[in-house]
Amino acid sequence: MSDVIVVGAGVVGAACAYYAARAGLDVTVLDRGPVAGGTTGAGEGNVLVSDKEPGPELELALLSSRLWRELAATGGGFEYEPKGGLVVAETPDVQERLVELAAEQDVPHEVVPADGLRALEPELAGGLAGGVHYPQDAQVQPMLAAARLLRHGADSFGRGALKVRLGVTVTGFTRSGDRVTGVRTSEGDMLAGAVVNAAGTWGGELAARAGVTLPILPRRGFILVTEPLPRPLIRHKVYTAAYVTNVASDSAGLETSAVVEGTPAGTVLIGASRERVGFDRTTSLPVLSRLAAQAVALFPALREVRAIRSYCGFRPYCPDHLPVIGADPRAPGLHHACGHEGAGIGLAPATGHLLAQVLTGRRPDLDLWPFRPDRFRSGEDR
Amino acid sequence: MTVYDLAVVGGGPAGVAGALTAAQRGLRVVLVDSGVRPGGQYFRHRDVPDEPATKGFERFARQVRALEDRADVMTRRQVWAVTREDDGFTVHCLGGAAVRSRRLLIATGAHDRPLPFPGWDLPGVLTAGGAQALLKGHGVVAGRRVVVAGTGPFLLPVAAGLAAAGAEVPGVYEANGGLGLARHPLLALDKAGEAAGYLAALARRRVPYRTRHAVVAAHGDRELEAVTVARLDRDWNVLSARRVPCDTLATGYGFVPQLDLGVQLGCATRPDADGTPVLSVDAAQRTTVPGVWAAGEPTGVGGRHLAEIEGRVAGLSIAAARGTAPATRAAGVPDVLLRRRTRMRAFAAALLAAYPVKDGWRGWLRDDTVVCRCEEVPLAGIREARELGATDARSAKLLSRAGMGWCQGRVCAYPVACLAGGGQAAPRRPIAQPVTLADLAELTLEEPHD
Amino acid sequence: MTFEITVDGRPVPARPGQTIGAALHAAGIRAWRTTRVGGRPRGLFCGIGICFDCLISVNGGPVERACLAEARPGDEVTTS
Repeated sequence: MSDVIVVGAGVVGAACAYYAARAGLDVTVLDRGPVAGGTTGAGEGNVLVSDKEPGPELELALLSSRLWRELAATGGGFEYEPKGGLVVAETPDVQERLVELAAEQDVPHEVVPADGLRALEPELAGGLAGGVHYPQDAQVQPMLAAARLLRHGADSFGRGALKVRLGVTVTGFTRSGDRVTGVRTSEGDMLAGAVVNAAGTWGGELAARAGVTLPILPRRGFILVTEPLPRPLIRHKVYTAAYVTNVASDSAGLETSAVVEGTPAGTVLIGASRERVGFDRTTSLPVLSRLAAQAVALFPALREVRAIRSYCGFRPYCPDHLPVIGADPRAPGLHHACGHEGAGIGLAPATGHLLAQVLTGRRPDLDLWPFRPDRFRSGEDR
Repeated sequence: MTVYDLAVVGGGPAGVAGALTAAQRGLRVVLVDSGVRPGGQYFRHRDVPDEPATKGFERFARQVRALEDRADVMTRRQVWAVTREDDGFTVHCLGGAAVRSRRLLIATGAHDRPLPFPGWDLPGVLTAGGAQALLKGHGVVAGRRVVVAGTGPFLLPVAAGLAAAGAEVPGVYEANGGLGLARHPLLALDKAGEAAGYLAALARRRVPYRTRHAVVAAHGDRELEAVTVARLDRDWNVLSARRVPCDTLATGYGFVPQLDLGVQLGCATRPDADGTPVLSVDAAQRTTVPGVWAAGEPTGVGGRHLAEIEGRVAGLSIAAARGTAPATRAAGVPDVLLRRRTRMRAFAAALLAAYPVKDGWRGWLRDDTVVCRCEEVPLAGIREARELGATDARSAKLLSRAGMGWCQGRVCAYPVACLAGGGQAAPRRPIAQPVTLADLAELTLEEPHD
Repeated sequence: MTFEITVDGRPVPARPGQTIGAALHAAGIRAWRTTRVGGRPRGLFCGIGICFDCLISVNGGPVERACLAEARPGDEVTTS
């Protein structure tokens, strides 16, 4: 019997397992598929503070940013790149709003005037009104990040402290009265002192099996990947201000904004789209076309660069765009760490760290009240 | 823009037969092909006639001429995507061209399936189809001293062609064996003469044909200088090995059907007899997506005869379906054609069974043997991905980059799936050919419905 | 019948309808690209546009597959 069963071997589950094992708990991670096979495997690997509104999510992002840096220094192996983010504005109005937002965020940043943009990004299009540079923004390779966290956890905190079992589907929960005492799986029942729901986009489904509601829905996002370039064209994570407003948007319709960055493999990743279409994986050429148009508008040098593939993923989002982190009072023994929408990679270490504090009965470094699982009124899940 | 009744993608035996059959029945047809001229991989040819002529070429050339009189034949067009529209399909070609049609026939053929081994990325190592394309398409003999190795009957015409063109062929190494010519599945049909003819041609030129042998390593500094030829047991484990000097190797272990466009459109796939994913089609060659037919290798590797029959069945079915309610199972298709198709498919299944890929090839690899050529992922990289939690080809790709590069896994998907476990999945390539961001950005498309 | 193209400045004969890859291979030039990571030599492999091993640049354009690019008189091919 483990102290903790983590359901989901994505980056959030991996971080929960890592920090729980580091805190001295025996952890078993279960996933019906491989490591990082869900939303983690379809992400860009953003570790951003720049796109967060001031408030609890920014606090979480700042903690996470520090923890990613630590993890990269201690174990690494997941292409951590502290390359910084550059948010650009098309018009002076937008630039003004960006500057205001940066001041409210109160994080290290540098306001970049229009004529200073090319010093940071030589290939940027002309005619932009300016931008804000966030040196803390970073990128990781998300699949490797999840896999390496699990590996470091298994190697670092004593033999058997962190076990991963793949191809195991959780079908329900074992109960003792109200209390969740373990999981029912395709491989039989497994008991644990606590169960962590890190099932990402499928977290609502899993919660329902414990009889509790979590209004987590998929929001589809496409990413375009270019041919590997012989020389890096783009140095930072560069995105337009529209990305910030789209992240916080409630629209069900398609929203796109240009998010462009290079990778250590030489490719350029181009996002970002958001739309609510359920779990439909059908590629939408119109969406890819818009992503390409926006990227080319931002970086004209990309015109003749070829896209060689695209992929899509389903970001798990809650109506208030905040993740669900903490113990569920409606089902004692069940904890949640899911619903991070498009920020799961970035927010994973802080989520794992805080949840490990909860699991070991310590006071979490951040107030988890804004992320409490029972904050949604019924009927608010649409 | 013209809206055709039928767009055919692929100008090999299946596509040309399908297009011609439909055009002869009055449909407005366009055929789109990536080559300089129709032909596909089998009827690849130059302007000047082949010497000796490829079997069946005259017949194919007549079909192409007939087609050119009745339909639009667009060559040098690489299709990178097909999308569904309200009234049919748009076929998107590189360079910005697009073709609209009410129905679609996918006849995109297949390409070689190589297996990795140490040194297989040295220049001078070619796929068997590559060596054949050089010879038939460009009149270039792939090398002076050419070893041919792999499995399947396709090795025979490749070796015979090279020998006839003046290459020294130290040996043809067939990894399977034990059937003997008397029980050879090629004898089951009218192909017997063809196979026997190639074998006789090889014998005349004193080219050894060795079964249960394979090339298990290639050597050279910057280019191929020699290969290690091994004698194999039934499971392809190496029994003994020797070095054979050569400047060129032509190798292939079967074929990979090109399904990208069908998968883009959501057509269902099924595992073929050997586990290879192929498009599911009904008796009328219809895929599971209304308005989309498929013929030839994408529905299961079976060679040019089966491809042509399937193309004709598809053409007849498409013509019968015009303007009416969904056609019955194979309306308008003569029984004799359906019976021939049944027989050819049985033959194709027998070939797959006679020339399987056996697990022993994994033992040919060393830790540093490149498996994914594009991203230069060695065997050790795939193993590490498995240790990190990959359980199938997709997760192995995500954790190792194998299959993420330029070729999008076309070359390594099969070996990676074998090494990673979890079986072979249908390829998901929403972008089937590299397309410039400018072309992608300037697509004229309806906005998606919210 | 034949005409000339140059490959990294070196003249190579080609015939009408031939691809640049075929012309190079026929001229005995079988390795013309080095890989990003390992610096390994590459030339033709699949020969039919599948593998992207044979990438070249023609007349300063973006990289393309030598096995698909038709040679035209005077083409200046550069390799990487």
